[in-house]
Amino acid sequence: MAKQLYYEDVEVGSEITPLKKIATTRMLVQYAGASGDFNPLHYEEDFAKSLGVGKPIVHGLLKRAWLVNLMTDWIGEKGGLKKLSCRYRGMDYPRKMKTFDDPHDGETWLCKGKVTKKYVESEESLVECEIWVENGKGEKTTTGSALTALPSRAK
Amino acid sequence: MAVFVLTDGLKKLIGTAEPPLLYKIEEGAIQRFARAVGDTNPTHNDVEFAAQSEFGRLKAPPSFIGWPVTSGFDMFQFVEKLIAAGAPRGNLDGSVEYEFKAPIGAGDMLVAVIKIANIEGKETRMGPTMVTTVETTYTNQRGQVALIARNQFLSF
Repeated sequence: MAKQLYYEDVEVGSEITPLKKIATTRMLVQYAGASGDFNPLHYEEDFAKSLGVGKPIVHGLLKRAWLVNLMTDWIGEKGGLKKLSCRYRGMDYPRKMKTFDDPHDGETWLCKGKVTKKYVESEESLVECEIWVENGKGEKTTTGSALTALPSRAK
Repeated sequence: MAVFVLTDGLKKLIGTAEPPLLYKIEEGAIQRFARAVGDTNPTHNDVEFAAQSEFGRLKAPPSFIGWPVTSGFDMFQFVEKLIAAGAPRGNLDGSVEYEFKAPIGAGDMLVAVIKIANIEGKETRMGPTMVTTVETTYTNQRGQVALIARNQFLSF
């Protein structure tokens, strides 16, 4: 596990350790089963076409879960995620998969973020971040923000 | 350029709540969710590790709760209700916002109250669009509000 991050370790502009993710149709089916989100938009070609998104898309809620994962990995066990919000700005399409070992023909997404503000309020050391998911072309398809409480070395 | 105009039926739905939903948080469901999103943190995956942790049991990733898209909630029925009141048939998620107030773990029993906080007409890249804001409050068995989720979804 990553070492614990402390309030004193971050400054405005500090980068959050990026997190790499991929999505295949199989992974979307797995997410559907685990989350209960069975919207056919994420696995049914004709249904996706009828909605005008071309083909099945990655769940917005899965991209949101990636961003949560980005934050919880970064803040460590003693950090607390207090708020997170995100907006879906662009469609993401799963990789096509030919074998179990080699899901290819598609993108690698990068979850990224940086610190926008740090302050102490009601004895909590708080850090605000700007966060986003970038597709293979470097476009931000999901953008958002997060508020976390970090432990302080002073305490 | 056209903004979606709300029917009276849709206006009447603003402020209404769904029947409260009881949501039991199971160990296996947490593990399956963590695997599905690729979160390898042992606090969400390893029962023995979690038992030794300060929390004392398997913790759900903060993303475990949807908005309320979650086991036990019939999203399609909910959308059909909006359609019956005049909403367009196409749906996409627009944005989501969470306030995490208390950790959620295996064995917790949450009560979810799902409220239609707002419905408004807008124009988006999908054309004339209805934006529904759903606010869901999850309260645990100790009476603490554990999570508030606000989602905006688009009907077009």
